[in-house]
Amino acid sequence: MKKVDEKACPIIAKHIKVALVGQPNVGKSMLINSVSNAHLHVGNFSGVTVDKTEVLFDYKEYHFTVVDLPGTYAFTDYTIEERVTHNYLCDDDYDLIINVVDSTNLEKNLQLTSELMSMSKDIVIALNMSDEADKEGIEVNASYMSELLGIPCVKVSAVTKVGIEELLDAVISVQEIDAQEPKLIFSEPVEEEIAQIVWYLDKHRYEAKNSHRNIAINLLKNNKRTYEKIHNNPVWTELQPILVEALKHVELHHDSDDIKESFAEEYASYNRGIIAEVVKQEVSKEEITMTQKIDNILIHPFFGIPIFLFFMWGLFQLTFEIGSIPMDWIDAFFGWFGDTVGATIPNDDVRSLVVDGIIAGVGAVILFVPNIIILFIGIALLESTGYMSRVAFLLDGFFHKFGMHGQSFIPLVSGFGCSIPAYMSARILKNDRDRLLTLFIIGFMSCGARLPVYVLFAGAFFSPEMAGNVLFAIYIGGAIIGLIAAKILKLTAFKGADEPFVMEMPKYRLPSVKLIWHTVLTKTMMYLKKAGTFIAAASILIWFLSNYPHNLVLEEEYATKIEMAASEDEKNALSNKFAEAYLEQSYLGTIGKFSEPVFAPLGFDWKMSVALQTGLAAKEVVVSTLGVLYSLGEDVDEENDSLITAISKNISFASAVAFIVVIMIYLPCLAASIVFTREAGGIKYFFYLFAFTSIIAYALSFIAYNIALVLT
Amino acid sequence: MKTLIDCQNCQLKDCQKNCKLKVIKLHAPTDLKQRLISFGIMKGSIIEILEHSPAKSTMEIKVGKMRIALRAKEAALIEVEKI
Repeated sequence: MKKVDEKACPIIAKHIKVALVGQPNVGKSMLINSVSNAHLHVGNFSGVTVDKTEVLFDYKEYHFTVVDLPGTYAFTDYTIEERVTHNYLCDDDYDLIINVVDSTNLEKNLQLTSELMSMSKDIVIALNMSDEADKEGIEVNASYMSELLGIPCVKVSAVTKVGIEELLDAVISVQEIDAQEPKLIFSEPVEEEIAQIVWYLDKHRYEAKNSHRNIAINLLKNNKRTYEKIHNNPVWTELQPILVEALKHVELHHDSDDIKESFAEEYASYNRGIIAEVVKQEVSKEEITMTQKIDNILIHPFFGIPIFLFFMWGLFQLTFEIGSIPMDWIDAFFGWFGDTVGATIPNDDVRSLVVDGIIAGVGAVILFVPNIIILFIGIALLESTGYMSRVAFLLDGFFHKFGMHGQSFIPLVSGFGCSIPAYMSARILKNDRDRLLTLFIIGFMSCGARLPVYVLFAGAFFSPEMAGNVLFAIYIGGAIIGLIAAKILKLTAFKGADEPFVMEMPKYRLPSVKLIWHTVLTKTMMYLKKAGTFIAAASILIWFLSNYPHNLVLEEEYATKIEMAASEDEKNALSNKFAEAYLEQSYLGTIGKFSEPVFAPLGFDWKMSVALQTGLAAKEVVVSTLGVLYSLGEDVDEENDSLITAISKNISFASAVAFIVVIMIYLPCLAASIVFTREAGGIKYFFYLFAFTSIIAYALSFIAYNIALVLT
Repeated sequence: MKTLIDCQNCQLKDCQKNCKLKVIKLHAPTDLKQRLISFGIMKGSIIEILEHSPAKSTMEIKVGKMRIALRAKEAALIEVEKI
């Protein structure tokens, strides 16, 4: 955990560490943004799949640390987020809990509050969205509520920034005085059983930090930790029969064999009582709400999906159209930067390493930042307006047929842009198995970096009118193979019961610019930091492999030949030839020759084999490698006519088809593979992905090669 | 036993106000039951059906003030009665 820096926190200052807990969609992140307006430091805990965020700031003479925990509906371990929150609340060290609740929907929110109340921790309740409640004619009597629950309740609004100071004052006063125990009252039969257990614990003077009542409640709730503690105490032998009886009574009273269900009902009726006392609501005139009106259009049985497709199309248009404008500037900047830096380095090798290796490699990553920012903004908008749940609702039926979850669509669609944000956005999937399955499928959605390869080959083998259709077919084909692969994985590796699809459809809300800015900034910085370091390392490696070992004999031989050459054209041809000969004897060339037999059944020569392997670093590299290998010098792009000619001359149609199939399916680039490994949660998943994609790519490519051979 | 899925066609907009369903029992396995309960779907709660996805594989219901999406398969585990 990050420690506070000195300026923000003199050692004499008093500390309060607050855990911010609430159900999803109650405006928790908004609140943390308003509270820490002058925030000093926002750090992400890395290593956890779903991050909790820590915010530090000063208020009065206290130094606050607020830990923003992922939203959770209840204390179950149903999703990763709930697990993170539950574990943090039970095991970590913190002073008190701020429970954020949505004032417009107290009944649902208090369900979590009741569970927090049995934890014997100090709590402050933030009645958030009080402005919205006012609008809807809901009036909450906060002081009466505080009295009834025995917990300070403060009305706040993260949007209008009302009540923030009062909330912090309440936190300080709870910290300073010993708070009273929350007044959680159960139905009579349950209270009787609690009294029975408390009586027994009192009689035996059982010593514990928590009150006996709290222990009794937790024992009845089958709380594992409480059991573990009391189990080692001699009172256990006599307590056990009492407990068994008590549990039977409670279950009998609720006509259920599930104690958790019984307690949920207890909480619900307690909360209904509280709400009846403290909430006054103007009799609503059964009016159709805004959300209902929007839903009537957006999740319309017929128009819902076309509307969604239109939005996605728009997002991708923006990603590529607007994204490409700064791309040229960035490209130009790195070109200039490389030249400028290169000019200051006298040593050839070092200059080549810095300019061709590091600057070119890192520049290639930064080149995609505009696209990524736009994509992230789009996704943040989808998330924060509440539209994403609607799309998951619309698509669940279709995706379910292929063994996937409705919520898989966002990562899959992002995969057409770049796999890295796609892997990261797979976090929205709650269930581990669904998330892993989606991670394995993302690579089948051809990313933007593969486009140059497709353009090159489509141009080499098809007429210009056909090339566009071929491109489209490649993209759609990849997606279809992906869906089939998902089905196969679901039936084999990720076999298991279908994950239930039960999802809240939150109210539509206008997104907050500040929150989106914050989310996008954090995510973009993460992309830059992580992918940037990996790409830089990969570039250095490829640079090294293609430049070493030095062959002085070869260099001199060509140097003299080039000098002797009569015309410019001849010189160019010679230097291209030199590049080819040089590459052939480099480590990379050796690898290519070595691996040639493996790829021979697919009709690849050693050059294509090498291009595939350099493509493991980044898919764009495939084109430049082919360019170098087919003797055209390094400055090659997909529109270079002579490369297209060289390819159509040197590569047979069947081999080209096989090559494209491999490019479509095989392992994503190094940076993406590393992000994949991180997100999947272990290096073994990388090997699974490697095996999975390689086998499918090889098999399908072999089939495609042979079919193409027969046809031509 | 009548479950939510049998009431698929009694959407709120079709039958005005008489379309509220009361939950009698949850027949779901423990995990899912906890999930449903945390969403407020438990014995005695009142459900309204709002919308269906194409092909009726998924439905949108309303419990209290919350809108929830459910697959037909999960809906079949919720025993209800008309009120």
